[in-house]
Amino acid sequence: MSTTEEPQKLYAAREPVFPKRVYGYFRNLKWAVLIITLGIYYITPWIRWDRGPALPDQAVLLDLANRRFFFFWIEIWPHEFYFVAGLLIMAGLGLFLFTSALGRVWCGYSCPQTVWTDLFFTVERWIEGDRNARLRLWNGKWDFRKWRLRLSKWTVWLVISVATGGAWVFYFADAPTLLVDLFTGQAAFVAYATVALLTATTFVFGGFMREQVCIYMCPWPRIQAAMMDEHSITVAYRDWRGEPRAKGKERDGAGDCIDCNACVNVCPTGIDIRDGQQLECITCALCIDACDDIMAKVGKPRGLIDYMALTDEANERAGKPKVSVWKHIFRLRTIIYTALWSGIGIGLVFLLFVRADIDMTVAPVRNPQFVTLSDGSIRNTYDVRIRNMSHDDSDFAISLVSDAPLEVTLEGQPGQSVNVALNSTHLQRVYVTAPAGSAPALAERTDFRLWVEDEATTHRAFRDTTFFGRATQ
Amino acid sequence: MSDHHTPHPEEQKLLPGDPDTTGHSWDGIKEFNNPLPRWWLWTFYATIVWAVIYTVLYPAWPLVNGATPGLLGFSTRANVAEDIARFDAMNADIRTRITEVELASITPDANPDLYNYAIQGGAALYATWCSQCHGSGAAGVQASGYPNLLDDDWLWGGSIDEIHYTISHGIRNEDDLAARYSEMTAFEGLLSDDEIAAVVQYVRNISGQSADAVLAAAGEGVYLDNCAACHLDDGTGDRFLGAPNLTDAIWLYGGTPEAIEHTVRYSRFGIMPPWSAEASSAGRLSEDQIRALAVYVHALGGGE
Repeated sequence: MSTTEEPQKLYAAREPVFPKRVYGYFRNLKWAVLIITLGIYYITPWIRWDRGPALPDQAVLLDLANRRFFFFWIEIWPHEFYFVAGLLIMAGLGLFLFTSALGRVWCGYSCPQTVWTDLFFTVERWIEGDRNARLRLWNGKWDFRKWRLRLSKWTVWLVISVATGGAWVFYFADAPTLLVDLFTGQAAFVAYATVALLTATTFVFGGFMREQVCIYMCPWPRIQAAMMDEHSITVAYRDWRGEPRAKGKERDGAGDCIDCNACVNVCPTGIDIRDGQQLECITCALCIDACDDIMAKVGKPRGLIDYMALTDEANERAGKPKVSVWKHIFRLRTIIYTALWSGIGIGLVFLLFVRADIDMTVAPVRNPQFVTLSDGSIRNTYDVRIRNMSHDDSDFAISLVSDAPLEVTLEGQPGQSVNVALNSTHLQRVYVTAPAGSAPALAERTDFRLWVEDEATTHRAFRDTTFFGRATQ
Repeated sequence: MSDHHTPHPEEQKLLPGDPDTTGHSWDGIKEFNNPLPRWWLWTFYATIVWAVIYTVLYPAWPLVNGATPGLLGFSTRANVAEDIARFDAMNADIRTRITEVELASITPDANPDLYNYAIQGGAALYATWCSQCHGSGAAGVQASGYPNLLDDDWLWGGSIDEIHYTISHGIRNEDDLAARYSEMTAFEGLLSDDEIAAVVQYVRNISGQSADAVLAAAGEGVYLDNCAACHLDDGTGDRFLGAPNLTDAIWLYGGTPEAIEHTVRYSRFGIMPPWSAEASSAGRLSEDQIRALAVYVHALGGGE
């Protein structure tokens, strides 16, 4: 065992990162993703959707108090939670699919941490200048100019952060009303607390933590590493083409890399991609844009740093022909993921179209199992829950289908039907009676079917249940 | 990295970009030193500071007679009391209104809000005060003579008003002078064994159960002389006296010959306490609570 001269440092200060502005294909792709995702996030709560006077007119609304989820023409009730479960399964399978095919494409393009950090970088560049100016400012004294620039930057960040936290709460309440309430101090405490919390996380994570979130806080990189294989597309450096790297014009025996550090300077996580694939790399591809630009200037082909699969490296070193990207993407693993993903998606869409606007559940009351009435007939009780998911109040008739002589009556209702208001649930106590001495009264169990029918629309729903007779005792 | 051969640990070279090693080496295996980010250390210290502040502000340290109360005076017990007071205040209006309307008008159609309140509140009151005798499902206990509240057979009447009276004043108790009162004679000694055997078969017969025809015929006279005063000539009972209907299929103490004979010989009766705090010092429930209970019991399936 060897010994060291001085004690090792157990804690490391964060190395500040000053990514340089970059232009190119992947940068443009990231701009597009940034504008689309942020646009969706900020604008969605403000889209209106007419559902009639009794229901909210917000297109996308998570109404937790009334336990409804509104999404344009779709309304999800609590008993339809399997839609949420299905979407979560699809999200999981989608992660498998994208990671096995395209590596950490989520991290590089659409993760909120990446998108908001990118937005904050843009503000930083706009106020403080590009990489070199920011480096000088970082090293410079805290004079008036530095204070002015820092405070301006922080103010803009804070405005973005408040807007971000604010947009979140609009998904849970009527946005125009809540906006007024927030400004007049009438909104609920939880609304202010949520805005404050998300403002704080956006400000700190986007402005100060940045790559630290990806490297030290996020479990995603670890999980994704397990889902990638040698065919997954990632960002890599063609060291067999670039090495030995050399600066200057003397290029005898030197590779294509001119060691200009352009790839390092643009990296938002502050790494050197030439060291090989590493945990810190979120595959944002900005180094590809930066290097392609340099290669064009020195008259070399693009792609010294490029999207590649691990197998491409061995292939190229051996001088074999290039394997197309599609061959990497379409392989058994990704096809299975795609089939599962789209199968569940199609199933959910199918369920969405076949579901009725009425629903019932039947809970037989088994304490006691049956009641003997004074004329000797046997009665069972059922708690029937009727959900009127339509947009009109309606009378719902409850009837019974059975070969046995069973009769149905409703507690508190003179007839066979009960009125249920639109968008609500009604719990109805239902009695089913078998005459004294009849087969179901004497038998142990008699199966029958309860129907509920909307008398206005004639939409129907049923549940099969069981009648308990004397023989159960 | 399929074509990378793995060198022997002795010759393992550090790749560019790898961190320093700690200098430790076991059988040639070295250990990277990946120092923890300093902000993580500060976060850890911040949680310690938070914990200390928390124990000062909130109940925390266990002492002999309880925990330190904390500067904020937080108490889950006080929160519950506060919640109860808040709900009482919220219900104050509906609890007043339920005492002001006709009991019979508390129906799903006429007064839906009062009805829903009575059903929900009545269920809670029933579980608290009534279920001990009448059972959690309100089916009663036949062996002990606690009546089934689900069926359509009522000793004292099954309208909401009658149920309300029974709950308010109870039955055969000495705490409330207005309690319902009935007492069946014990016929042991008053009737001979033969007469008792005959009247038992007669009662079996009028309730539609299998009976010895000869004995039943002989029992008719015994019945008319001794029982009809309360149970009426046709055996349908008298709710004014609390005398049960003997012709139906429901038997509070059982309809077997043995059970009926026991009732004739020794008599049977049940007792129910008065619940109205207004009517008797033994009562525990307020008028609005009794009304909610009456509506709830009436809606269990046997209401008239």
